[in-house]
Parts: sequence; structure tokens; C-alpha cells
Amino acid sequence: MTAPVSIRAVSQRYGAATALDAVNLEIAAGEFVVLLGPSGCGKTTLLTLIGGFAEPSSGQILIGSRDMAGIAPKNRPTTTVFQDYALFPHMTLADNVAFGLRMRGMERAARRARADKMLALVGLDGRGDRRPHELSGGQRQRVALARALAVEPDVLLLDEPLGALDLKLRRQMQDELKAIQRRVGTTFIHVTHDQEEAMAIADRIVVMNAGRIEDAGPPAEVYLRPKSLFAASFMGEVNRIPVRDGQSPLGPIHPGTGTLLIRPEAIGPVGALPLGPARLIDIAFFGTHQRAHFAPLAAPGLTLTAHLPQGTTLEPGAEMMLHASSHVLLAEVP
Amino acid sequence: MRAAIWFYMAALYAFIFLPVVVLVVFSFQDGRLPVPPLQGLSLRWYEAVLSDRALMVALVNSLIVAIVSSTIALTVGFLAAHALARVRLPGSILMRGLLIAPMTVSYLIIALGLLTVFNQTGIRLSLWTTGIGHVVINLPLCFAIAYAAMGDQQRNAEQAARDLGAGDWQVLAHISAPMLAPALAAAFFLSVTFSWDEFIIAFLLTRFDVTLPVEIWSMLRSGLSPATNAVGALVFLVSVALVVALELTVFRKARP
Repeated sequence: MTAPVSIRAVSQRYGAATALDAVNLEIAAGEFVVLLGPSGCGKTTLLTLIGGFAEPSSGQILIGSRDMAGIAPKNRPTTTVFQDYALFPHMTLADNVAFGLRMRGMERAARRARADKMLALVGLDGRGDRRPHELSGGQRQRVALARALAVEPDVLLLDEPLGALDLKLRRQMQDELKAIQRRVGTTFIHVTHDQEEAMAIADRIVVMNAGRIEDAGPPAEVYLRPKSLFAASFMGEVNRIPVRDGQSPLGPIHPGTGTLLIRPEAIGPVGALPLGPARLIDIAFFGTHQRAHFAPLAAPGLTLTAHLPQGTTLEPGAEMMLHASSHVLLAEVP
Repeated sequence: MRAAIWFYMAALYAFIFLPVVVLVVFSFQDGRLPVPPLQGLSLRWYEAVLSDRALMVALVNSLIVAIVSSTIALTVGFLAAHALARVRLPGSILMRGLLIAPMTVSYLIIALGLLTVFNQTGIRLSLWTTGIGHVVINLPLCFAIAYAAMGDQQRNAEQAARDLGAGDWQVLAHISAPMLAPALAAAFFLSVTFSWDEFIIAFLLTRFDVTLPVEIWSMLRSGLSPATNAVGALVFLVSVALVVALELTVFRKARP
């Protein structure tokens, strides 16, 4: 009911275009992995290859140490929750959920009982006799999840399953997805382009770009200690300060050469890394924080974005000493 | 202006239905000729028609040919449409064109072609050969309707079914066909109606067992009689019943 997934040097080419470029990824049994990246980064292609809807141009995919080459989707220990849910409109919810069991030859009463159990798991108990068109988007999403989990797959693949839901419902479904994954213990591989969603649900985030893996690790690690400029920017807003042999436009700052990355919430009046005096350009109230832009006196062309506490009372034009409480220096130069 | 619109509508309906009305009215003629004046109302021609064995046999033949040929045309058309909509084949555009092409050929030409083929291959003319002719004319129709109905929603549902363990035939039987049921039923009823009315192919490709339109034709050759009107009225009734059934079962359901 759960299995590790091993992706070894998998490439996928469509003519001259490379969708995946020698991707290596080890996913542990029972892990909740999120593939995160902009559209066209290859995350959905990778999911399609794991599900068996296409064969990789080269490389190997193993699920539970079994090589999946040439194995059709119906014979793989995977099921997919599709972006548009792909429910069967002519069947009741119970029949939708029981479809996989029916294809596996389970008899009617047993599969109905299991379908009811799965519907209860996703919070739709007692609605087995309704049809998909009677449901809201969020409810359809739950049915799709119940249907995919009913056959007890080793690996569940989720292709931007929350993309069509409104923000509030999306946050709620994220929590539920996480809770359901903990309960069933199945390996979840979830594709999204929403970094907040990724951080909310993932055990491990895999940031992808242009067919390659840019970074992989627990949400906090990818956010706080990104391994590439792309991963840093995709996970959230970041200030970039070029550094050459310890020198920056702000003056001597940090030993090394490359790009210094500082998250806006790490900039404030106190911190381990002094950034020097700066003038406040503008400030706006954002609810959880105040978003401010600063022009360092040493380099007025370089704008620093900072998230200051709600209670901050500063007027544009004010000067203050800025510090960074956390930072990362990458050797990469944009 | 308003009156003109109503007049136009009345004229249009009169134009369409007057021949049928005249046919039906004179099927009740209490006389020997279905021409004015109306000499009184009588059901005796209906009695004559319904007790005419040859006519009743022809009616049953017509029903059998219509249902069997439509079933075959629908099955083959649906499978072809599914394959061409789902699988990327070399020359699929050409194949689609070739499947629809018979629609543009007149029934007379199709009948003559089939007649030549049957003569050359020594196949005896029968209801079966007529049925084959009706499959030829209805297959493009069934194919076109089924093909047009295949959308992304079906494609995704089919993919989901495969993902959940369904084989190719299970996908067709449990997902594709039921999801397309309204379109498939429409194609079937249209096929039945066309086959039911079809004369030229049935006339050229039958010999001893004939379909209803052919039987009516042979009645007409012995001169006008209210009996032919009565048959016509019955045929019309069956067609109307089919259309109404179609409207009630298929098109009503098709609207969500």
C-alpha cells in the first residue's frame, strides 16, 4: 500500500525539445513529495511518466524496486488524481469510487462497502447515490481522491488537484490532503506551481525548472537555504546582492563571491549581518506585515525589499541602519 | 407586421405539411380514388391494408432491415470514430474523409455499384443485400455523429478508467459508450428512420422479399387507390413515433 519510487537518469524528449533532462530522484515509501515549478518545467511530464501514460526517452523508473518500463497504467501500482477530476458523469459517486475495484473483479456488495468507507474518509459519507454534476468543485475533488485511493495504490499521483479551487477551499483541502496522506500512509507525489501549497503539504519539495531539478529538501530548507537562484526566487520574494571577493555595492559585506540572498522578512533593524544605512522609499500595510522598500545610502540604485512588523511607524525619507537576520551566499551569478 | 409574421409562419407550415395532410385525409376516402371530392369517411382502406399479407410482411422486413443495419452501422461507426479520435494514426485525416465520403454519393450510384459487386461475386439479392446497402449509407452518418461527440471530457475519463485498471474493451463498454449514449442513440434513430424510408437501394437490391417502400411502389403501379394513402399514413405515423421517441428519450436527457 506504499512503496518507494526511484527515478534514474530519466529524460523525455519531444522532437528537438527536452522536457526532462536526466532527472534523478529517490522518493521514500510513505513520503509526501511535491514537484514544484513553473509551467513547462517538466513536473507534469515526470508525473505522466511515473503513471505510465508515456514512456521515457531514456532512463529508468522503479516503484517498489520493480522496473516500470513497458508496464501500462492499468498494471502499475499507481493511481492519479487528475487536474479536471475526470469523474465518470454517468455513474453515481459510489460507482465512481468503486470503479477500480470493479475492474479488479471485486463483487458488488464488497466494493459498495469499500466505496462508502472511502467516501467517508474524504468527508462525503452518505452521498454515494448522488451524481458528479450535483457536487461543487471541492466535493468533486474529494470524490476523485477517494476513487484513486480506493484501489489502495502504492503511489498516488496528484496533478495540480487543487488548481481549480478558490483560495479558501484550496487551503482547507491542503490540510485535508495532508491528514489523509498521514492516515493511509501511501506515497503521494503532488504537482503544483503554487509554492505556498507546496510548503503547506510537502514532506519534501522538489523544485524543477527547464527539465531539471533545481533543489530538493524539506520546505524550511528549500526556503531558507536554497541551492540555486531559481529555487530561491520561486519559493518566494528574495533580495539579491552581488558580491565579489567580499565586496558589494553596500561595501564590504560577506567573504566570498557570488550572490547574497536575503528574504524580505529577514531584513530589519537588528540582525547578525549589517547592511549599512538606508533611506525608506515607501511602505505599505499588508495585514500580517508592512512591506517597505529601502535605498541603501551606499548604493541608491539597489532597492531592498523588507517586511517590517505591523507596528512599525516610519515615514518615507526616514533613514535607518539595516541588518539581515539570515542570509545565503550562492556562487551563482544571475 | 405582426399579422404578416403569423401569415408567413402559417404558409410555411402549410407548405411542409399540406401534402401529408392531403394524403392522410384521403386515406379515409369512402370511394375508389384518393382524389377530391371527399365522399365520406371510412376505415375500410386501413382494414384492407392491415389484412394485406404481402404488405404486412414487407413492413416487418423493413423493420428488421432498419434495426439490424442501423445496429451494425452504429457499432462500426462508433468504433471507427473512437479509434480516429483517440489514436494518432498516419493518414487519419484521409481515413476520416474516406469514411464520410459516401454521404456525398447519391443512393442510386451506391445501389448500382453494390448491384454490380453482388452480381460479379454471385451473391443473391435478398434483404441481406439491402441491409448491406443501408449500412453503406448510414455508416458515414453514425461515424460523423459519434466523432463529433467525442470531446476532451471523454478522453480524460477514459484515461482515468485506464489508470484505475480498465482494459480497452472495458473502457469502451463502461466509459466511452455510456458517456456518448445521447449521441449514439440519436445516430441510431436517424439511421433507422433513413433505412425505413429508403427506396432506391431497397428496390435495386431485393428480389423476392421486399421492404415496405418497394411494396408500396408496386401497389402504385396498379394505379391510385386510397389503400396506398392508408399505407403512407401508417408509415408516417411510425416515423413520427420514432422522432417523438428520440425527442423524449435522447434530447431531453442531453440537456443537463
